[in-house]
Amino acid sequence: MIKMSFFKPSKWKIQQKLIFKEINDLIIESIPIVAILSFFIGGVVAIQTALNLSSPFLSKSLIGFATRQSVILEFAPTFMSIIMAGKVGSYITSSIGTMRVTEQIDALEVMGINPLNYLVFPKIIALLFYPFVITVAMFIAIFGGFVAMSFAGVPGEAFISGIQMDFDPYHVSYAYIKTILFAFILATVPSYHGYYMNGGALEVGKASTLSFVWTSIIIIIVNFIITQLLLS
Amino acid sequence: MIEIKNIEKSFEGINIIKGISTTFEKGKTNLIIGQSGSGKTVLLKCLLGLHQPDSGEILYDGISNLKMNESEKTLLRRQMGMVFQGSALFDSMSVIENVMFPLIMLTKLQEDEIREKALKVIERVELTKATDKLPAEISGGMQKRVAIARAIVMNPKYLFCDEPNSGLDPKTAIVIDKLIQEITKEYNITTVINSHDMNSVIEIGEKIIFLVSGEKNWEGTNKKILKTDNQSLTNFVYSSELLKKVKKYL
Repeated sequence: MIKMSFFKPSKWKIQQKLIFKEINDLIIESIPIVAILSFFIGGVVAIQTALNLSSPFLSKSLIGFATRQSVILEFAPTFMSIIMAGKVGSYITSSIGTMRVTEQIDALEVMGINPLNYLVFPKIIALLFYPFVITVAMFIAIFGGFVAMSFAGVPGEAFISGIQMDFDPYHVSYAYIKTILFAFILATVPSYHGYYMNGGALEVGKASTLSFVWTSIIIIIVNFIITQLLLS
Repeated sequence: MIEIKNIEKSFEGINIIKGISTTFEKGKTNLIIGQSGSGKTVLLKCLLGLHQPDSGEILYDGISNLKMNESEKTLLRRQMGMVFQGSALFDSMSVIENVMFPLIMLTKLQEDEIREKALKVIERVELTKATDKLPAEISGGMQKRVAIARAIVMNPKYLFCDEPNSGLDPKTAIVIDKLIQEITKEYNITTVINSHDMNSVIEIGEKIIFLVSGEKNWEGTNKKILKTDNQSLTNFVYSSELLKKVKKYL
Protein backbone atom coordinates (compact mmCIF):
# COMPACT_ATOMS: atom_id res chain seq x y z
CA MET A 1 0.00 0.00 0.00
CA ILE A 2 2.76 2.44 0.98
CA LYS A 3 4.72 1.66 -2.19
CA MET A 4 1.63 2.14 -4.38
CA SER A 5 0.83 5.49 -2.74
CA PHE A 6 4.03 6.89 -4.25
CA PHE A 7 3.28 5.55 -7.77
CA LYS A 8 1.34 7.22 -10.59
CA PRO A 9 1.23 10.61 -8.87
CA SER A 10 -1.48 13.15 -9.61
CA LYS A 11 -0.54 16.56 -11.01
CA TRP A 12 1.65 18.58 -8.63
CA LYS A 13 -0.88 21.43 -8.52
CA ILE A 14 -3.54 19.02 -7.29
CA GLN A 15 -1.17 17.30 -4.88
CA GLN A 16 -0.30 20.68 -3.40
CA LYS A 17 -3.96 21.47 -2.84
CA LEU A 18 -4.57 18.08 -1.23
CA ILE A 19 -1.50 18.36 0.99
CA PHE A 20 -2.56 21.81 2.25
CA LYS A 21 -6.04 20.47 2.96
CA GLU A 22 -4.60 17.55 4.91
CA ILE A 23 -2.23 19.85 6.82
CA ASN A 24 -5.27 21.86 7.84
CA ASP A 25 -7.38 18.81 8.76
CA LEU A 26 -4.72 16.73 10.44
CA ILE A 27 -2.29 19.27 11.89
CA ILE A 28 -3.85 22.71 12.34
CA GLU A 29 -7.22 21.40 13.55
CA SER A 30 -5.47 19.19 16.09
CA ILE A 31 -3.71 22.11 17.78
CA PRO A 32 -6.63 23.18 20.03
CA ILE A 33 -7.20 19.73 21.56
CA VAL A 34 -3.45 19.14 21.87
CA ALA A 35 -3.07 22.52 23.60
CA ILE A 36 -5.89 21.90 26.09
CA LEU A 37 -4.77 18.36 26.94
CA SER A 38 -1.11 19.33 27.19
CA PHE A 39 -1.80 22.27 29.50
CA PHE A 40 -3.75 20.23 32.03
CA ILE A 41 -1.64 17.09 31.83
CA GLY A 42 1.51 19.20 32.26
CA GLY A 43 -0.14 20.67 35.35
CA VAL A 44 -1.01 17.22 36.70
CA VAL A 45 2.53 15.92 36.08
CA ALA A 46 3.94 18.88 38.04
CA ILE A 47 1.45 18.44 40.92
CA GLN A 48 2.16 14.71 41.21
CA THR A 49 5.89 15.31 41.09
CA ALA A 50 5.57 17.95 43.81
CA LEU A 51 3.57 15.48 45.92
CA ASN A 52 6.40 12.96 45.73
CA LEU A 53 9.09 15.54 46.45
CA SER A 54 7.69 16.76 49.73
CA SER A 55 10.97 16.37 51.66
CA PRO A 56 12.37 19.80 52.70
CA PHE A 57 15.85 18.51 51.77
CA LEU A 58 14.91 18.28 48.08
CA SER A 59 15.08 21.38 45.92
CA LYS A 60 11.80 22.69 44.45
CA SER A 61 13.62 23.04 41.13
CA LEU A 62 13.43 19.24 40.81
CA ILE A 63 9.71 19.64 40.07
CA GLY A 64 10.54 21.65 36.92
CA PHE A 65 13.26 19.16 36.01
CA ALA A 66 10.98 16.12 36.41
CA THR A 67 8.14 17.82 34.56
CA ARG A 68 10.43 18.70 31.64
CA GLN A 69 11.86 15.19 31.45
CA SER A 70 8.44 13.50 31.60
CA VAL A 71 6.99 15.83 29.01
CA ILE A 72 9.86 15.71 26.52
CA LEU A 73 10.69 12.04 26.82
CA GLU A 74 7.29 10.46 27.09
CA PHE A 75 4.20 12.57 27.46
CA ALA A 76 4.44 14.78 24.37
CA PRO A 77 5.67 12.28 21.77
CA THR A 78 4.03 9.04 22.96
CA PHE A 79 0.99 9.93 25.02
CA MET A 80 -0.02 12.67 22.58
CA SER A 81 0.41 10.28 19.63
CA ILE A 82 -1.97 7.80 21.23
CA ILE A 83 -4.50 10.60 21.66
CA MET A 84 -3.89 11.55 18.03
CA ALA A 85 -4.48 7.92 17.03
CA GLY A 86 -8.00 8.51 18.30
CA LYS A 87 -8.50 11.91 16.72
CA VAL A 88 -6.51 11.84 13.47
CA GLY A 89 -6.48 8.04 13.05
CA SER A 90 -10.21 7.55 13.28
CA TYR A 91 -10.76 10.57 11.01
CA ILE A 92 -8.48 9.02 8.36
CA THR A 93 -10.06 5.56 8.64
CA SER A 94 -13.62 6.80 8.58
CA SER A 95 -13.09 9.26 5.71
CA ILE A 96 -11.32 6.69 3.50
CA GLY A 97 -13.68 3.91 4.66
CA THR A 98 -16.74 5.97 3.75
CA MET A 99 -15.23 6.56 0.32
CA ARG A 100 -14.76 2.80 -0.02
CA VAL A 101 -18.35 2.04 1.04
CA THR A 102 -19.85 4.66 -1.26
CA GLU A 103 -17.76 3.43 -4.24
CA GLN A 104 -15.85 6.73 -4.47
CA ILE A 105 -12.56 4.79 -4.45
CA ASP A 106 -13.85 2.59 -7.29
CA ALA A 107 -14.81 5.77 -9.15
CA LEU A 108 -11.22 7.05 -8.84
CA GLU A 109 -9.88 3.72 -10.07
CA VAL A 110 -12.23 3.67 -13.06
CA MET A 111 -11.10 7.18 -13.99
CA GLY A 112 -7.53 5.88 -14.14
CA ILE A 113 -6.46 7.75 -11.00
CA ASN A 114 -4.32 5.95 -8.43
CA PRO A 115 -6.57 6.15 -5.32
CA LEU A 116 -3.72 5.36 -2.94
CA ASN A 117 -1.69 8.25 -4.27
CA TYR A 118 -4.71 10.56 -4.23
CA LEU A 119 -5.81 9.62 -0.70
CA VAL A 120 -2.82 8.35 1.27
CA PHE A 121 0.20 10.22 -0.09
CA PRO A 122 -1.05 13.72 0.95
CA LYS A 123 -1.68 12.38 4.47
CA ILE A 124 1.85 10.99 4.74
CA ILE A 125 3.29 14.33 3.61
CA ALA A 126 0.97 16.37 5.85
CA LEU A 127 1.98 14.33 8.88
CA LEU A 128 5.61 15.27 8.28
CA PHE A 129 4.49 18.45 10.07
CA TYR A 130 3.43 16.38 13.07
CA PRO A 131 6.61 17.29 15.04
CA PHE A 132 5.19 20.83 15.09
CA VAL A 133 2.16 19.53 17.03
CA ILE A 134 4.46 17.74 19.47
CA THR A 135 6.57 20.88 19.90
CA VAL A 136 3.39 22.78 20.81
CA ALA A 137 2.48 19.98 23.24
CA MET A 138 5.92 20.15 24.88
CA PHE A 139 5.84 23.91 25.43
CA ILE A 140 2.24 24.05 26.61
CA ALA A 141 2.62 21.07 28.96
CA ILE A 142 5.66 22.64 30.62
CA PHE A 143 3.77 25.94 30.82
CA GLY A 144 0.82 24.04 32.38
CA GLY A 145 3.23 22.67 34.97
CA PHE A 146 4.54 26.17 35.64
CA VAL A 147 1.00 27.55 36.12
CA ALA A 148 0.02 24.65 38.42
CA MET A 149 3.11 25.23 40.56
CA SER A 150 2.41 28.95 40.70
CA PHE A 151 -0.97 28.13 42.26
CA ALA A 152 0.73 25.66 44.63
CA GLY A 153 3.09 28.35 45.84
CA VAL A 154 6.28 26.97 44.26
CA PRO A 155 8.48 29.92 43.27
CA GLY A 156 8.56 30.48 39.51
CA GLU A 157 12.36 30.89 39.53
CA ALA A 158 12.80 27.44 41.09
CA PHE A 159 10.58 25.81 38.47
CA ILE A 160 12.36 27.62 35.61
CA SER A 161 15.79 26.75 36.92
CA GLY A 162 14.57 23.13 37.13
CA ILE A 163 13.53 23.23 33.50
CA GLN A 164 17.05 24.40 32.58
CA MET A 165 18.83 21.93 34.88
CA ASP A 166 21.02 19.23 33.21
CA PHE A 167 19.43 19.80 29.84
CA ASP A 168 20.52 17.14 27.34
CA PRO A 169 19.65 18.04 23.71
CA TYR A 170 19.90 14.34 22.81
CA HIS A 171 16.64 13.77 24.69
CA VAL A 172 14.92 16.22 22.35
CA SER A 173 16.42 14.42 19.32
CA TYR A 174 15.18 11.12 20.75
CA ALA A 175 11.70 12.63 21.16
CA TYR A 176 11.65 13.89 17.57
CA ILE A 177 12.93 10.61 16.12
CA LYS A 178 10.01 8.90 17.89
CA THR A 179 7.63 11.59 16.71
CA ILE A 180 8.54 11.13 13.04
CA LEU A 181 8.05 7.37 13.30
CA PHE A 182 4.72 7.86 15.07
CA ALA A 183 3.65 10.33 12.37
CA PHE A 184 4.28 7.68 9.73
CA ILE A 185 2.31 5.13 11.76
CA LEU A 186 -0.53 7.65 12.23
CA ALA A 187 -0.75 8.21 8.47
CA THR A 188 -0.45 4.64 7.26
CA VAL A 189 -2.15 2.29 9.75
CA PRO A 190 -5.52 4.14 9.73
CA SER A 191 -5.30 4.56 5.94
CA TYR A 192 -4.80 0.81 5.57
CA HIS A 193 -7.83 0.05 7.76
CA GLY A 194 -9.99 2.49 5.80
CA TYR A 195 -8.80 1.52 2.34
CA TYR A 196 -9.10 -2.24 2.70
CA MET A 197 -12.37 -2.35 4.64
CA ASN A 198 -15.43 -4.19 3.37
CA GLY A 199 -19.11 -3.75 4.12
CA GLY A 200 -21.30 -0.80 5.00
CA ALA A 201 -21.68 2.04 7.47
CA LEU A 202 -21.44 -0.25 10.49
CA GLU A 203 -18.13 -1.62 9.29
CA VAL A 204 -16.77 1.94 8.93
CA GLY A 205 -17.27 2.36 12.69
CA LYS A 206 -15.69 -1.02 13.38
CA ALA A 207 -12.74 -0.20 11.10
CA SER A 208 -12.20 3.11 12.96
CA THR A 209 -12.12 1.32 16.31
CA LEU A 210 -9.81 -1.37 15.00
CA SER A 211 -7.56 1.25 13.48
CA PHE A 212 -7.31 3.08 16.82
CA VAL A 213 -6.48 -0.16 18.64
CA TRP A 214 -3.78 -1.17 16.16
CA THR A 215 -2.28 2.30 15.84
CA SER A 216 -1.99 2.54 19.64
CA ILE A 217 -0.46 -0.93 19.94
CA ILE A 218 2.05 -0.26 17.17
CA ILE A 219 2.97 3.12 18.69
CA ILE A 220 3.58 1.52 22.10
CA ILE A 221 5.68 -1.29 20.63
CA VAL A 222 7.71 1.07 18.43
CA ASN A 223 8.17 3.35 21.46
CA PHE A 224 9.62 0.44 23.42
CA ILE A 225 11.98 -0.58 20.61
CA ILE A 226 13.16 2.99 19.95
CA THR A 227 13.69 3.64 23.66
CA GLN A 228 15.70 0.44 23.94
CA LEU A 229 17.80 1.38 20.94
CA LEU A 230 18.37 5.03 21.76
CA LEU A 231 18.29 5.34 25.52
CA SER A 232 19.21 2.03 27.14
CA MET B 1 -17.85 -2.11 -29.63
CA ILE B 2 -16.79 -4.49 -26.88
CA GLU B 3 -16.44 -8.16 -27.61
CA ILE B 4 -15.96 -10.72 -24.88
CA LYS B 5 -14.68 -14.18 -25.68
CA ASN B 6 -15.22 -17.05 -23.31
CA ILE B 7 -14.31 -15.19 -20.12
CA GLU B 8 -14.20 -16.92 -16.76
CA LYS B 9 -13.71 -15.52 -13.30
CA SER B 10 -13.67 -17.24 -9.96
CA PHE B 11 -13.19 -16.12 -6.37
CA GLU B 12 -11.83 -18.49 -3.73
CA GLY B 13 -12.46 -21.46 -5.97
CA ILE B 14 -16.07 -20.51 -6.75
CA ASN B 15 -16.74 -19.93 -10.43
CA ILE B 16 -18.68 -16.68 -10.73
CA ILE B 17 -18.42 -16.13 -14.49
CA LYS B 18 -18.51 -19.28 -16.58
CA GLY B 19 -17.30 -18.86 -20.14
CA ILE B 20 -19.39 -15.91 -21.34
CA SER B 21 -19.04 -14.71 -24.92
CA THR B 22 -20.99 -11.83 -26.43
CA THR B 23 -20.67 -8.43 -28.05
CA PHE B 24 -21.82 -5.05 -26.78
CA GLU B 25 -22.61 -2.85 -29.72
CA LYS B 26 -21.63 0.75 -30.34
CA GLY B 27 -24.38 3.38 -30.24
CA LYS B 28 -26.71 0.97 -28.47
CA THR B 29 -27.79 0.48 -24.89
CA ASN B 30 -26.62 -3.02 -24.01
CA LEU B 31 -28.16 -4.52 -20.88
CA ILE B 32 -26.84 -7.28 -18.64
CA ILE B 33 -29.73 -8.68 -16.66
CA GLY B 34 -30.14 -11.43 -14.12
CA GLN B 35 -30.99 -12.14 -10.53
CA SER B 36 -28.82 -10.91 -7.66
CA GLY B 37 -25.75 -13.14 -7.47
CA SER B 38 -25.91 -14.09 -11.15
CA GLY B 39 -22.53 -12.47 -11.86
CA LYS B 40 -23.66 -9.15 -13.43
CA THR B 41 -21.46 -6.94 -11.27
CA VAL B 42 -18.42 -9.20 -11.63
CA LEU B 43 -18.87 -9.19 -15.41
CA LEU B 44 -19.15 -5.39 -15.42
CA LYS B 45 -16.04 -5.09 -13.23
CA CYS B 46 -14.18 -7.36 -15.66
CA LEU B 47 -15.21 -5.03 -18.52
CA LEU B 48 -14.05 -2.04 -16.49
CA GLY B 49 -10.72 -3.69 -15.76
CA LEU B 50 -11.33 -3.68 -12.01
CA HIS B 51 -11.20 -7.50 -12.10
CA GLN B 52 -8.83 -9.47 -14.30
CA PRO B 53 -10.62 -12.47 -15.89
CA ASP B 54 -8.99 -15.84 -15.13
CA SER B 55 -9.29 -16.81 -18.78
CA GLY B 56 -10.79 -15.48 -21.98
CA GLU B 57 -10.37 -12.19 -23.75
CA ILE B 58 -12.06 -8.79 -23.90
CA LEU B 59 -11.70 -6.77 -27.10
CA TYR B 60 -12.29 -3.03 -26.95
CA ASP B 61 -12.85 -1.91 -30.54
CA GLY B 62 -10.75 -4.86 -31.66
CA ILE B 63 -7.91 -4.37 -29.17
CA SER B 64 -7.46 -7.25 -26.76
CA ASN B 65 -7.04 -6.60 -23.04
CA LEU B 66 -4.42 -9.36 -23.00
CA LYS B 67 -2.13 -7.41 -25.31
CA MET B 68 -2.29 -4.18 -23.31
CA ASN B 69 0.49 -3.06 -20.99
CA GLU B 70 -0.24 -1.04 -17.82
CA SER B 71 -0.06 2.38 -19.51
CA GLU B 72 -2.36 1.22 -22.32
CA LYS B 73 -4.80 -0.05 -19.71
CA THR B 74 -4.68 3.34 -17.97
CA LEU B 75 -5.36 5.06 -21.30
CA LEU B 76 -8.26 2.68 -21.95
CA ARG B 77 -9.75 3.48 -18.56
CA ARG B 78 -9.69 7.15 -19.46
CA GLN B 79 -11.97 6.29 -22.37
CA MET B 80 -14.47 4.75 -19.98
CA GLY B 81 -17.21 6.47 -18.04
CA MET B 82 -18.94 4.79 -15.16
CA VAL B 83 -22.21 5.49 -13.39
CA PHE B 84 -22.19 3.69 -10.04
CA GLN B 85 -25.22 2.27 -8.28
CA GLY B 86 -24.90 4.80 -5.45
CA SER B 87 -23.68 7.57 -7.81
CA ALA B 88 -20.27 7.64 -6.00
CA LEU B 89 -20.09 11.43 -6.06
CA PHE B 90 -17.39 13.10 -3.97
CA ASP B 91 -19.26 14.42 -0.93
CA SER B 92 -17.02 17.40 -0.29
CA MET B 93 -17.29 18.70 -3.87
CA SER B 94 -20.14 20.63 -5.44
CA VAL B 95 -21.96 19.39 -8.54
CA ILE B 96 -19.70 21.33 -10.90
CA GLU B 97 -16.56 20.32 -9.02
CA ASN B 98 -17.58 16.67 -9.32
CA VAL B 99 -18.06 17.05 -13.05
CA MET B 100 -14.83 19.02 -13.46
CA PHE B 101 -12.84 16.49 -11.43
CA PRO B 102 -11.83 14.04 -14.23
CA LEU B 103 -10.89 16.95 -16.50
CA ILE B 104 -8.76 18.57 -13.78
CA MET B 105 -7.07 15.29 -12.92
CA LEU B 106 -6.53 13.89 -16.37
CA THR B 107 -6.26 16.71 -18.89
CA LYS B 108 -4.02 19.71 -19.43
CA LEU B 109 -6.90 22.06 -20.19
CA GLN B 110 -7.05 25.53 -18.64
CA GLU B 111 -9.47 26.05 -15.78
CA ASP B 112 -11.90 28.20 -17.80
CA GLU B 113 -12.01 25.58 -20.57
CA ILE B 114 -12.65 22.87 -17.99
CA ARG B 115 -15.44 24.92 -16.46
CA GLU B 116 -16.99 25.56 -19.86
CA LYS B 117 -16.94 21.84 -20.74
CA ALA B 118 -18.40 20.90 -17.35
CA LEU B 119 -21.18 23.48 -17.67
CA LYS B 120 -22.02 22.13 -21.10
CA VAL B 121 -22.61 18.58 -19.82
CA ILE B 122 -24.41 19.87 -16.73
CA GLU B 123 -26.73 21.71 -19.07
CA ARG B 124 -27.12 18.50 -21.10
CA VAL B 125 -28.34 16.61 -18.04
CA GLU B 126 -30.56 19.58 -17.10
CA LEU B 127 -28.93 20.44 -13.81
CA THR B 128 -27.96 24.07 -14.42
CA LYS B 129 -29.80 25.24 -11.31
CA ALA B 130 -27.92 22.82 -9.04
CA THR B 131 -24.41 23.64 -10.28
CA ASP B 132 -23.06 24.86 -6.95
CA LYS B 133 -24.95 22.49 -4.67
CA LEU B 134 -23.32 19.67 -2.74
CA PRO B 135 -24.42 16.06 -3.49
CA ALA B 136 -26.13 15.88 -0.08
CA GLU B 137 -28.31 18.85 -1.03
CA ILE B 138 -29.81 17.28 -4.16
CA SER B 139 -32.21 14.37 -4.75
CA GLY B 140 -31.22 10.81 -5.71
CA GLY B 141 -32.34 11.36 -9.30
CA MET B 142 -30.28 14.54 -9.55
CA GLN B 143 -27.27 12.73 -8.10
CA LYS B 144 -27.62 10.13 -10.85
CA ARG B 145 -27.65 12.93 -13.43
CA VAL B 146 -24.47 14.37 -11.94
CA ALA B 147 -22.91 10.91 -12.09
CA ILE B 148 -23.90 10.67 -15.77
CA ALA B 149 -22.49 14.15 -16.43
CA ARG B 150 -19.21 13.19 -14.73
CA ALA B 151 -19.09 9.94 -16.72
CA ILE B 152 -19.51 11.65 -20.10
CA VAL B 153 -17.47 14.81 -19.55
CA MET B 154 -14.32 13.13 -20.88
CA ASN B 155 -16.16 12.08 -24.08
CA PRO B 156 -15.78 8.37 -23.31
CA LYS B 157 -15.96 5.61 -25.91
CA TYR B 158 -17.55 3.27 -23.39
CA LEU B 159 -20.16 4.02 -20.75
CA PHE B 160 -20.90 1.55 -17.96
CA CYS B 161 -23.82 1.87 -15.59
CA ASP B 162 -24.35 -0.32 -12.54
CA GLU B 163 -28.07 -0.37 -11.78
CA PRO B 164 -28.47 3.30 -12.64
CA ASN B 165 -32.04 3.56 -11.39
CA SER B 166 -31.86 1.62 -8.16
CA GLY B 167 -33.44 3.61 -5.35
CA LEU B 168 -35.33 5.89 -7.73
CA ASP B 169 -39.08 6.23 -8.15
CA PRO B 170 -40.45 4.70 -11.42
CA LYS B 171 -40.92 8.08 -13.12
CA THR B 172 -37.39 9.33 -12.35
CA ALA B 173 -36.02 5.89 -13.25
CA ILE B 174 -37.52 6.19 -16.75
CA VAL B 175 -36.10 9.71 -17.13
CA ILE B 176 -32.62 8.42 -16.22
CA ASP B 177 -32.96 5.46 -18.60
CA LYS B 178 -34.02 7.76 -21.44
CA LEU B 179 -31.18 10.15 -20.68
CA ILE B 180 -28.64 7.32 -20.87
CA GLN B 181 -30.14 6.12 -24.15
CA GLU B 182 -30.13 9.62 -25.66
CA ILE B 183 -26.52 10.19 -24.60
CA THR B 184 -25.52 6.81 -26.07
CA LYS B 185 -26.92 7.90 -29.46
CA GLU B 186 -25.64 11.47 -29.31
CA TYR B 187 -22.08 10.53 -28.36
CA ASN B 188 -22.16 7.24 -30.33
CA ILE B 189 -20.74 5.28 -27.43
CA THR B 190 -20.88 1.65 -26.34
CA THR B 191 -23.10 1.61 -23.29
CA VAL B 192 -23.34 -1.40 -20.99
CA ILE B 193 -25.96 -1.30 -18.25
CA ASN B 194 -26.28 -3.69 -15.38
CA SER B 195 -29.91 -3.93 -14.38
CA HIS B 196 -32.67 -6.05 -12.94
CA ASP B 197 -35.28 -3.40 -13.48
CA MET B 198 -37.86 -4.67 -15.98
CA ASN B 199 -38.92 -1.14 -16.96
CA SER B 200 -35.35 -0.45 -18.13
CA VAL B 201 -35.24 -3.74 -19.99
CA ILE B 202 -38.40 -2.97 -21.89
CA GLU B 203 -37.68 0.76 -22.41
CA ILE B 204 -34.05 0.79 -23.49
CA GLY B 205 -32.85 -2.81 -23.93
CA GLU B 206 -31.58 -2.68 -27.49
CA LYS B 207 -29.33 -5.62 -26.76
CA ILE B 208 -29.86 -7.79 -23.70
CA ILE B 209 -27.90 -10.65 -22.23
CA PHE B 210 -29.47 -12.68 -19.45
CA LEU B 211 -27.20 -14.35 -16.90
CA VAL B 212 -28.07 -17.33 -14.74
CA SER B 213 -25.49 -18.49 -12.17
CA GLY B 214 -22.64 -16.89 -14.09
CA GLU B 215 -23.62 -18.30 -17.47
CA LYS B 216 -25.18 -16.57 -20.45
CA ASN B 217 -28.64 -18.06 -20.67
CA TRP B 218 -30.22 -15.87 -23.34
CA GLU B 219 -29.33 -13.03 -25.70
CA GLY B 220 -31.71 -10.80 -27.63
CA THR B 221 -33.56 -7.48 -27.72
CA ASN B 222 -36.38 -5.86 -25.74
CA LYS B 223 -38.76 -6.75 -28.56
CA LYS B 224 -37.94 -10.45 -28.30
CA ILE B 225 -37.76 -10.70 -24.53
CA LEU B 226 -41.51 -10.47 -23.92
CA LYS B 227 -42.21 -13.28 -26.36
CA THR B 228 -39.43 -15.63 -25.35
CA ASP B 229 -40.10 -19.26 -24.54
CA ASN B 230 -36.95 -19.53 -22.40
CA GLN B 231 -38.31 -20.74 -19.06
CA SER B 232 -35.64 -19.15 -16.79
CA LEU B 233 -36.01 -15.83 -18.55
CA THR B 234 -39.81 -15.99 -18.48
CA ASN B 235 -39.69 -16.66 -14.73
CA PHE B 236 -37.36 -13.69 -14.30
CA VAL B 237 -39.26 -11.27 -16.53
CA TYR B 238 -42.70 -12.14 -15.23
CA SER B 239 -41.74 -12.48 -11.57
CA SER B 240 -44.00 -9.64 -10.41
CA GLU B 241 -47.78 -10.04 -10.14
CA LEU B 242 -48.29 -6.96 -12.31
CA LEU B 243 -46.25 -8.36 -15.19
CA LYS B 244 -47.96 -11.72 -14.85
CA LYS B 245 -51.25 -9.91 -15.47
CA VAL B 246 -49.74 -7.94 -18.35
CA LYS B 247 -48.53 -11.19 -19.92
CA LYS B 248 -52.11 -12.39 -20.27
CA TYR B 249 -52.84 -9.50 -22.63
CA LEU B 250 -49.74 -9.99 -24.78
